[in-house]
Formats: sequence, C-alpha cells, structure tokens
Amino acid sequence: MKSQIKQTSSKEYTATKNACKLCAPLGASLVFKGIAGAVPLLHGSQGCSTYIRRYLISHYKEPIDIACSNFAEDTAIFGGGANLKIALQNIHRQYFPSLVGIATTCLSETIGDDVPMFIREYASSHPDESTAPLVHVSTPSYQGTHMQGFHNAVLATVKTIAVTGKFSNIGHVNIFPGMVSPADLRYLKEILIDFNLPFMMLPDYSRTLDGSLWPEYQLIPEGGTTVEMIRCSAGAAGSLEFGRILSREKQSAGKWLNETHQVDCHHLGLPIGIRETDRFFQALEVLSGRPTPEKYQEERGRLIDSYVDSHKHVMSAKVAVYGEEDLVVAMAAFFSEIGILPVICASGDRSGYLKEELARVFPDDVDQSIRVMDNADFVDIESTVQDAKPDLIVGNSKGYAMSRRLGIPMVRIGFPIHDRVDASRRLHLGYRGTQQLFDRIANKLIEYRQLSSTVGYTYM
Amino acid sequence: MSNIPILKERESQIFRKGKKPFDMTCGKHSLAGSVSQRACVFCGSRVVLYPIADALHLIHGPIGCAAYTWDIRGALSSGPELHRLSFSTDLREKDVIFGGEKKLHHALIELIHQYAPKAAFVYSTCIVGIIGDDVESVCRAVGEKTGIPVLPVHSEGFKGTKKDGYKAACEAMFSLVGKGDIADISPKSINILGEFNIGGEAWMIKSYYQRMGIEIVSVMTGDGRVNDIRRSHGAALNVVQCSGSMTHLAEKMKEVYGIPYIRVSYFGLEDTSQALYDVAAHFTDDPEILESAKELVRGEIQAIYAELQQIKQKVRGKKAAIYVGGAFKAFSLIKALRYLGIKVVLAGSQTGMQEDYQTLKEMCDEDTIILDDANSLELSKYVLEKKADLFIGGVKERPIAYKLGVGFCDHNHERKIPLAGYQGMLNFAREVFRTVSSPVWQFTPKYLSSTNSHHKHPPGPPSRGEFKGKLFQMRLP
Ligand code: SF4
Ligand code: SF4
Repeated sequence: MKSQIKQTSSKEYTATKNACKLCAPLGASLVFKGIAGAVPLLHGSQGCSTYIRRYLISHYKEPIDIACSNFAEDTAIFGGGANLKIALQNIHRQYFPSLVGIATTCLSETIGDDVPMFIREYASSHPDESTAPLVHVSTPSYQGTHMQGFHNAVLATVKTIAVTGKFSNIGHVNIFPGMVSPADLRYLKEILIDFNLPFMMLPDYSRTLDGSLWPEYQLIPEGGTTVEMIRCSAGAAGSLEFGRILSREKQSAGKWLNETHQVDCHHLGLPIGIRETDRFFQALEVLSGRPTPEKYQEERGRLIDSYVDSHKHVMSAKVAVYGEEDLVVAMAAFFSEIGILPVICASGDRSGYLKEELARVFPDDVDQSIRVMDNADFVDIESTVQDAKPDLIVGNSKGYAMSRRLGIPMVRIGFPIHDRVDASRRLHLGYRGTQQLFDRIANKLIEYRQLSSTVGYTYM
Repeated sequence: MSNIPILKERESQIFRKGKKPFDMTCGKHSLAGSVSQRACVFCGSRVVLYPIADALHLIHGPIGCAAYTWDIRGALSSGPELHRLSFSTDLREKDVIFGGEKKLHHALIELIHQYAPKAAFVYSTCIVGIIGDDVESVCRAVGEKTGIPVLPVHSEGFKGTKKDGYKAACEAMFSLVGKGDIADISPKSINILGEFNIGGEAWMIKSYYQRMGIEIVSVMTGDGRVNDIRRSHGAALNVVQCSGSMTHLAEKMKEVYGIPYIRVSYFGLEDTSQALYDVAAHFTDDPEILESAKELVRGEIQAIYAELQQIKQKVRGKKAAIYVGGAFKAFSLIKALRYLGIKVVLAGSQTGMQEDYQTLKEMCDEDTIILDDANSLELSKYVLEKKADLFIGGVKERPIAYKLGVGFCDHNHERKIPLAGYQGMLNFAREVFRTVSSPVWQFTPKYLSSTNSHHKHPPGPPSRGEFKGKLFQMRLP
C-alpha cells in the first residue's frame, strides 16, 4: 500500500458484474513468460496462480508454469519471507532458471511483506553463480488491472537487469510492444530483421507461448528475450514503446531508460491502421537509417487497395469496442480511417486518459455519438450496447454472451480468446495485421447482412 | 526422462506400485515453489455452490478471484442462470485500508434488488481474511433488510485446501436446509448430492431414479434451486457422489435430521448400475423399485452395448494416465477404462486421502505410478516414461499432454459433454476413440521416435478407426 490512493468514481459502492479486466499478476506473469529461461513466481496463496495459469492456458493452449510461494494460514500471520525463500530455492533446484520474476498477490501486499528485503536476504545467502537474477514487481490487484501488472513487470525487469555502460556491439533498439499476440510479436521481429535493425524486445513470448511439440518435456519452453539482451537495454540506440495511454503514465520502461540512461524513446500508439503503422515505420526509418523495405510498402499498398475496394461495406457501420485501453484507442484510430463509428469505447481499466486519447482521433464525436466508458464491466457495457444498437461488437471472447443475447455479430480480438482455436495466431499489428482486422470486420458485416437478407446474394 | 529432477520433499507423495511398502503422504499443503495443479479454499466452495442457479454468488475481494471463475463451467440450468454471472466487490486500495464492509453491504443490496435471487452466497477471499471485515454481520443485516437468506461462505484461499472449501460450502448450504415445507414429500424420496449437472448429467440421473419410482427432492447442486435445498431434509435418503465435495453435508444431515446416506458414482456402467441398485436396496418395502431398476439397467445397457463393443475393438490395448481432482473419480475411471480394454499406467489426484490411495493401489496393476498433488514436471516425466496414449484430467493438464503428443480427454467441470450414466459412458467411449484414433499422432515426435524412424512417410497409426480397411489400403507405403 505504498502509492497514493487514487480517486474512485461514482461506482464506489457498487459491485463489479462480469469484469472487463483481469488482475495484475496475470499481466506480470505473461511478461516473465517472455524472458528466456525465466520462471514467474507469485508470492501469495495457491489459488491465484492456479487460476491465472488456467486462464492463460485456455487462451494460449500451451503449458504455462507459474510457481507460487503457497501461503498457509501461519504464513499469512507471520509473513511470507520463509516461504518465498523456500520457493526460490526449490525453483532453482528444479528449473535452473536464468531469471525468476516475482509478482506479489493481493494477499502478500496486504500483509505488508517486504519482498525486496527477502530478495536481498536470499541473494546474500546464495551468492553462488547458479542463483538467477531476481526481479520483483509489486502487483496488488486492488491498485490496477492486468495491464498495469504487465507494464510494471516490464519496467521492473528493465530497472533490475539493465546495466549502465553495457552496450551490445551492434547498436540495437529496444522495443516494448505491450500485451499483443504471439503472431504480432513474430511479425514485429520480422519487420525489425527486414530493417536490419538488431533489437531487444520485451517481452517476447512468441515462441514460449506458441511453439511446436516437444520430443521431451522442457523445464522451461524455448524462446524469449535473453537476460543478456535486457542487460544491454540501457545502451540501446533508442526505444520504441507502444501505447498512447502508456505514454501518458508517469512511469514506463521506455521513460525510465530515457531518464536514467538517456536512451531516446519513441512513444507510439499500438500500430493498427495506416496512420499509426506509418508512424511506426517512420520511427524505424529514423532508427535504422534505411527506407521501408519494399515488402512493407507493398503490404501498405494492398491494404489501401482493399480499403478502397470495400469501403462501402464498412462505411457508417456502428461498432462497440472494448478491452484494454490502449487496444481500444488503437482500434478507434483504425476505425476512423474507414468510416466506422465506434459508438461505444469501453474498458475495465481506469487510467483517466481514455477519453482524451479517443478525442484526439474523434474530436467531434466523443461525448456526442461516442460513449466512452472506463472502469466498466460487461453488465454496464451490455446495457449501453442494448441502447446504442451497434452493428458489430469487437473485443475479446468475454463479450460473446452479450453478442448472443442481443443478436449482434462479433469479431474477436485481443485477450482472452477462449472460444476460438487461433488466439495466438491472430494478427493485429502493422499493415498485415490491419489487413486481417479489416477483412474480418468487413466479412463479418457482409455475412450478417447476407444472413438477414431475404435473398442471400452470392455475388456482390 | 530421468533428467527431470523430483524434489526430495515430494518423493513421499509419489508411489510406484510393486516397489517398497505403501505409505503415501497426502493432505499436505503444496510445497512452496512447486507448480501445483491445486487451487484454493475458495475454489472448492465455488465449485460446489456454483450450479445453484437462482442464488446470487458475490465474491468479496479484489477482482481476480471472480474474473477467473466467470462462466467457466458446463453446469446447466433448466431455468434461471444467475450462476453464470460473476459478481465481485472488486476491492480497491481504499477498501483494503478502511475495510470493505460498507462496499459489501451496498453491493449486496444493489444486486439483490436488481436480480431478485432466492438467496445470496458471499464468498470471502484471501484478503478479506486479513483486513478483518465482519462479513457475518453484514450478511445478517442485509438478510434482515431484504428478507432472503444471505449466507457467508468462509473460503479465504490460504486457510486450507480445496477440501476445506467444500466444507465451507456445505456449512453455508446446511443453513438453508430445514427451512422448507416437507409435508407432501413421498417416503420414497432422495436427495442427489455431489452432482453438478455438467452437460445435463443431473437430468439423466434424475430421470433414472424417477423411472424407478423415486421422488427427487433436491439435486445438490446441479441445476440447483434454493427452495429445493430448503426442503431437502424431507428426503428419506441422501445419495452422495464423489468422495470429497459433499460428504460433509450428508454427515450433518444425518446428524441433525437422521437422514442416512450412501456413496455412489455414476461413472461407468458398473458403478452407475451399482448406484441404482444401492438406492433400490434402501427401499426394500417396495420390491417394485428394485424390479424397475433392473429393467432400466437392462434397457439402458442394451441401447448402447453394440456401439460400445465396436469402440472397444478399436481402443483396446491403449495406455492411459489419469490425474483428477478427487480420488473417487479415479476409481471409476480406472474401472471404465478397464472395461474398454485400456490399461491405466498412472493414477493420481489433487486431494486424495490415505485410504483413497490404498484403494487406488489395490485397483491398479503392478508398476502403475500413483501420485498425490503432482506438478507438471512429474506428470510429464511419468506420462513419457510409461508411454501413455491418453491422458485424462482437467484443463491445466491438457497442454502438457498435447505438447508431448499424447491424447487428452477432459474429465473436469469445464467440459460440456455429459459423461455420467449410460449415455455418458457411451460419450466417454466415443471421446476416447476420437482421441486415440486420430491420425494426427503420426506427426508427433513421440510417435516418430517410437517407430524409430525419420523417413518421410510414416505408416498410418495402428487403428484407422471408422475408415478401417478402406482408406488405409489406399495409402501409399
Ligand atoms: S487475490 Fe488478487 S492476485 Fe489473487 S486472484 Fe484475486 S485479484 Fe488476483
Ligand atoms: S486470492 Fe485467495 S481466494 Fe482468491 S484465488 Fe487467490 S488464493 Fe484463492
């Protein structure tokens, strides 16, 4: 309970009904899954880690080990120091990790465990080389959602691991993509490689959470950003950090590297849509000193071509979009390019910046024809959707119940996607990701009209 | 696979039949730092109470505990569906400092007003146990104000294991029992306990008993209703499925209302039939019940027998690993798999007790691995070592099996297909068949290494299933 109490909204005394957010340690665990050889460890009681694992597994469809310090009743009374140390010991003996990412749960936060002290004690009593670097991130869920947990874990990792004066000899850039899909991460890497730009991407769970079968059980799945690369992040030629909301927050990994190590930070929106993706590619041109490779110019060209070919199918469509604030803002920016009006923009987050960032994209419509809802749950969203009657719902799986009840078609994006098979393979970012989103949205609208038409044309 | 280290402290929770004398440590708190498949007290309570469809389920705590349990189970309702919603007090920092009672009070009033439930369950999660909210008195106050039972469930996650959660749920339910009118209940009546109506299972089981001429007073908790629970003390017998979850309630009802109980399982032909006969045996004064049970069993088995035999031909000789929540379920699974000609090479549970493991040991073949509270590493180590073709468990085990190229069947609360009763056994057999006979395994590393070749055209899998003979012969070598 270290930080200031944030003001709460008028919903102070009401229940949250069908939450449109998850808890902070989930986001942190995801970040640690994107570091090579890392083991996430939740400091608290067993249930949280088991629930979080199950939730992640149902989306990624991969084994996801998250260790836990397993509080018992006496631990809650006498503090979790002893348990944390035993947990660290056991993880070292069983996993041989190259990093242990320790995220607190509400329980250890509430009893006021001094985790940094426990870690210092552990490190000094285990000075041998096999002891992995220990990253601690404070993730009480009563302070923030899974998104805060995610960003805080990225920040904590960089803060703990980055070393002053350590440079990769290759002039690399840091990239902090935020909570995007394994397919998105793979695509980002492809782009950076095509720009001939060495990079440190944190996190990178593109292989750890979307890999092939194993001939033998792997203690920790292969892939992920190496600790060595993260060490060099303070000596990078620059950082790219996605998320317009994140850029408004006081703290982020990119900001910290800039303030502490003078690494320039390019704050960008999630690159969805032509304009946001153009900005991303411009930044890459600056950092690499090269023009955008032809491959991507062609992707951009095809995307615009399809915008033109299909603009009538999407023009004036009304959409309800929900999810993490940065995803909502990015989707809104994309919608603004194709004539879709996001009549409802909702999130369970509550940074306080959602409305302003949306107003940048839709200056005249916010508060008029666009309802912006933060700190929202699905019962709020559903009643607003019922009222606004959009043509389409765009968001994660958890909106399916309302889509079904209200008979409004739905396109799934983001996290979690528990009711389709391709969550990890869905692409959202860049020209290619936008192309997929555009096609899916246009097709869904066409399909719906086709289904509800009395004729059902097969020729358009 | 001996490269996977087993933690020393865990060795007493792993047993290999045929080796040293049997002494299994269980009921132990999970070891710090291991990735246990276990959950928490709250999870136990939530599992038991979840299917009560006309009650409000409010989870008092920060958001996670509620968000992760929103509509995740296949427990069906024939009417109201309040159980499929997720309500949380979503405690914020301020509440953690100043206490969450006020918020709880307002949230309850608001929700009861909006959803008009027949009762409300208020689950305490971990930090409620720390910040010291007096949940009990908030519940009492709201109960008085709204006129419905508002029941605290003491399910702080860290105060025990899932089993303690079952117990807390039973305690909460017990406070409803005895409040309803039982005047018109037949003397030939039962409550069905520990049956959660996954994929409509409770409906099937209910219909078996009804066809035997027995009245069902309540199902706890599948397709559950508050009013049925309130009248449940009017039944002549409690029929309890699954060792762990609801025995405590049956015990209490026996103690207070003198209702005897029997333990049954509805999984597999043998156990289902035994359940029906055992219940019939309780009503000896009406021999017709036993007669109709016999007739029912005959008819039901006849209806599925031919297909079961066909499937048996195709799956026999396969090897299975079982890892489930309660040990009781493991017993039934072993029998059912054996019926299909499948050998169990690994059996384990999250929460088995000493005597359960003793029974398991007696049921299993030599050299079967028996595990208590296993983690992913141990599970995979033994699944590979024993060359299992099929893994039966819950969602958390699925990706482990798949990564290793091993088939998987969900036998948990999140599945959507009924596996209980006769039709359920057929569903189970079909699913086992679809799993082990899928041609996809030919591409997995496990299969390739066991056929010991890296040539480009691996031979087809042993069974071509439905296409037997036709497609297989058309394949090029
Ligand atoms: S207690 Fe906190 S960390 Fe644990 S599941 Fe609930 S919200 Fe998440
Ligand atoms: S906070 Fe406690 S009750 Fe909630 S999931 Fe975690 S261990 Fe269970």
